[in-house]
Parts: sequence; structure tokens; C-alpha cells
Amino acid sequence: MRLTLREVSLGLRRAPLLSVLSVLTIAFSLFAFGLFGLVALNVSEALKRVEERVEIRAFIADGAPIEAVSAAVGDIASFPEVARVDIITPEQALARARKEMGEFQDVFDAAVLPASLEIRLKPGYRDPRTVRAVAERVKTYSFVDDVRYGEEWVQKLYNIRNIAGATGLVLGIAFAGVAVIIIGSTIRMTVLARAREISIMRLVGATDAFVRLPFLVDGFVKGVVGGLLALAMAWIAYRLIDQTLGIDSTFFQSGSAALGVVAGGVIGLLGSALSVGRHLRDV
Amino acid sequence: MIRFSHVTKEYPRTGVALNNASFHVAKGEFAFLTGPSGAGKSTILKLVYMEERPTSGEVRVGGMRSSDIKRREIPKLRRRLGIVFQDFRLLEDRTAEQNIAFALEVTGTPREAIPPKVGRLLTQVGLASKGTSLPRELSGGEQQRVAIARALVNDPVLLIADEPSGNLDERATRGIFQLLRDINASGTAVLMATHNLELVRRSEYRVIEVNRGQIVFDSAEPRPDQPPPAAV
Ligand SMILES: Nc1ncnc2c1ncn2[C@@H]1O[C@H](COP(=O)(O)OP(=O)(O)OP(=O)(O)O)[C@@H](O)[C@H]1O
Ligand SMILES: [Mg+2]
Repeated sequence: MRLTLREVSLGLRRAPLLSVLSVLTIAFSLFAFGLFGLVALNVSEALKRVEERVEIRAFIADGAPIEAVSAAVGDIASFPEVARVDIITPEQALARARKEMGEFQDVFDAAVLPASLEIRLKPGYRDPRTVRAVAERVKTYSFVDDVRYGEEWVQKLYNIRNIAGATGLVLGIAFAGVAVIIIGSTIRMTVLARAREISIMRLVGATDAFVRLPFLVDGFVKGVVGGLLALAMAWIAYRLIDQTLGIDSTFFQSGSAALGVVAGGVIGLLGSALSVGRHLRDV
Repeated sequence: MIRFSHVTKEYPRTGVALNNASFHVAKGEFAFLTGPSGAGKSTILKLVYMEERPTSGEVRVGGMRSSDIKRREIPKLRRRLGIVFQDFRLLEDRTAEQNIAFALEVTGTPREAIPPKVGRLLTQVGLASKGTSLPRELSGGEQQRVAIARALVNDPVLLIADEPSGNLDERATRGIFQLLRDINASGTAVLMATHNLELVRRSEYRVIEVNRGQIVFDSAEPRPDQPPPAAV
């Protein structure tokens, strides 16, 4: 172990520039991933809050037979996705409208506002697709005039989250690829610089695993350092956004943060593992 | 100990370096490998420590066979061999002691067992007082002694030496040769490639002569159509 650590520090001294570069690309890989991950995370949080309020409103045609409506309420309440169904009479609708839009209250007249069904969905069924499916089904009742469910902006939030997530993933993977390549060339340099030492190790009977280990440890350590750096950068970015924009936002939980650092280690290890065997064969 | 059976070695660009060679070296034997430059001596030695694999035929060393040895078993073979070269192959930034300890470290010797073993080996090669010298602070002969000490770390059954005195003057050569004899006397087989015919002639050891990839003479198997060793 002590020998391995010595080899790692030797690697750092032999190729300082490339070593720093490897650490930085890993850091940027995870930072890109983390930054867009943060956006996705916060949009998700917002979505969760929004979803709690997701409701489908079905406007009932004037003069619809009351029996048909109450039968439909029972029907709809038994949909697996539906948590509850309430009938909102024109009077209730008016009272609510007045409360929400205080100064315009005189504009409203009970006659203008139709009665409606307010349908709330169970948790887990509040994504746009399910909401739309339920809304479509509700629409098939003949007494239903129109169905609204705030589709555009729920969809928009979902899109933002998905785009942020995908962008983070693509950028993260691209940087990770670059990191793997840079680590590979660092290893090539170190292997060349130490060709003599390695050939002597082989001559006296060091196993391949033994010769390889310092390189793997080296890659892993660089990856972990890169991961920690990325975490620090993401946290600074988060604080800046939080303070300058005043958005109430969330940072990664310690579990995800630790996962990010481990991911750094894995990228480093991968970079080493992919190149060390190939380059050692040339010595 | 070593058995070559109809071994042919062909290199990708230079062609046949060894052609249908068969010989056998017994446990504890001392054998010289001689022949002109490019004859195939180093190739034979590389085949022995399995740095190279034969193109055809089979090399057997200490129970391992070139035909079925796996890459990961080669370290096991190397730990039973000691190998020294004309150019010593020491690490320039490490002292004599550290060079020897290095071989013990990389083969997984327990840490506490290393210093006494290094001390013993340095004494054995006659360098007890030079342990803390760097290779550049040692004469060629002394550097070769360090390399030999390093080759002995695993108590090898066979010592392979590729022109160990090629860079040394006559006195140092005699010293190194004497050291190899002592090592052989304690039971280690020695296979040594050399250009130094003087050395070969003065000793009574077996001589295997190679020329253009063929074994043209083996003092252990005198053939009537070959000239006797004195005429080489
Ligand atoms: N790695 C290699 N790749 C290609 N050809 C090689 C290689 N090693 C040796 N040869 C060729 O094989 C032949 C034998 O070489 P070898 O090194 O065995 O000779 P040698 O008897 O040790 O010579 P010397 O006394 O000069 O050391 C030579 O023609 C050489 O060019
Ligand atoms: Mg040679």
C-alpha cells in the first residue's frame, strides 16, 4: 500500500500538467452533470409542489340531468387514478372567483360560471400523460362541455426538467469521455517515463496486477479529487444562484453528492483501466 | 531444468533467429552460450525466461511449458529465475540497497523481511559497504554485483546471464565470473551467454555454440563431424 501511494505521488510529479488536466476534466464532467442535475432537481421539486395541486376541471353543460352527473361522479371516483371528485356548483364557483380576484368581484355573475366537476388524482398519477388520459375519458361524458387541466405549463415544467436532465447527461458524458482520454494519455506518458522500472519489475516477477495497481489507484484518486472539486463548484454555483436570484432552491442530498464523488472515482478508474493494459504491453 | 525441443523462433521483420534448436540443461549445471553477434544467444535466453515464445517447438523451464503457460503464470516462473544483463538494468535514482529491495517489494516480500535479506545479499556479492551508493557512484563491476544480488532475491534455481561481463575490464570480469561460479557451487544452475572465449576456454564448463540460429556445437554431446572445443 505504501508502495502504491509512493507510485501515485511519483505519477503526479512526473506529469503534473496532465495530472491537473485529468482532475479538471473529471471535475468539469461532473460539474456539468451536477449543474444541469441541480436544475432538474429543482424543477422536479417545483413539479412536486405543482402536482399536489393538479386537478382536472370538467365543465358541465347547462341543464344536464342531475342523475347523470351524480352517476358519472361515482364512475369517475372509481377510476384507479382518481383520488376524489367534487361537484362545484355555480354559486361555489362564484364565491371562489370572488375570493381569488377580489377587486374584480363585481364582474362575476353566478350565471356566467358553469357548474363543474373538480377531479383530483392520486399521487403517482399526476404526470401530464396520465392527467391527459383521465381528462380525455372525462370528456366522453355527454354532459361535459369542456375539460381543463393546466396542460401547457405542467407540460412545460416537465420539458424543462427533461431537457435539463438530458443536457446534463450529454455534457457530463462528453466531458467524462474527454477525461477518460486525457487520463489515458497521462498513463501513456507515465508508462513511457517508467518503462525501465516496469520492465525490471516484470523481470524479477512482479505480477501484471501489481504493475497495474498504482495506475489504477492513481486514476481513482484523481477521479475522487475531481469529484470533490465538482461538488465544491456546484455548491458555489448553487449559492450564487440562490443569493443573486433569490430563488428558493434545493441542493443535492448528501447521498447524491457522495454518489457524484464516487462517479468521479469510477471515471478515473475507467480511464486508467482502459489504457494501462494496452500501454503496459508495449513496455 | 531447461529443455528446448526443436525450437524455432521467427521474428516478424528479421526472420528466423533460431532454427530447430534442441538442448537440455540439467539442474545445478553451468553452461556457456557462445557464438558470433546475431547468432541467437539472447533469443535463446529470452525463450528461457519466456519473454519470447517459440514459433514452433517447445521450451520447458522448471516444469513450465511454453506451449501452455499462461501470461499470468510468467511472474511465477520469473520468481524462480535470476536474470542479469550486460547493461545491469539498475534504477539510477535508487541506491544499491533500494535496487535490491525493489525486487523484494514487487514480489510481495513481507516488509520486515526485506532489510536483513538485502544485507545478506550485499555481503554475498561483496558489496556490504556500498549499500547506500547510487549506481553512478559504483564501478561497472560493482553495478553488476548489485544486479546479481537483485537476481538472487528469490533464491533462483537458475541464473540467466546475458553477457554479464560485456562492459567490464578483465579484472572485473574475473570477479563477476568467480561470483557466478560461487552461486553455481551453491546449487543454482547458470546459463551464461558470452563473447569472452578466454573465459570459456579456461573453465571446464559446458559450452553450447550457436551460429545463425543453429546449435553448431555442444560440448555435452560431442559429434564426430564437429570440431573439438579448442578449435572454436
Ligand atoms: N525483438 C526482435 N525483433 C526482431 N528481430 C530480433 C529481435 N531480437 C533479435 N532479433 C534478431 O534475431 C537475431 C538474433 O539476435 P540475438 O539478439 O539473439 O543475437 P545474439 O546472439 O544475442 O547477438 P549478440 O551477441 O550481438 O548479443 C538477429 O538477427 C536479430 O536481428
Ligand atoms: Mg545478445
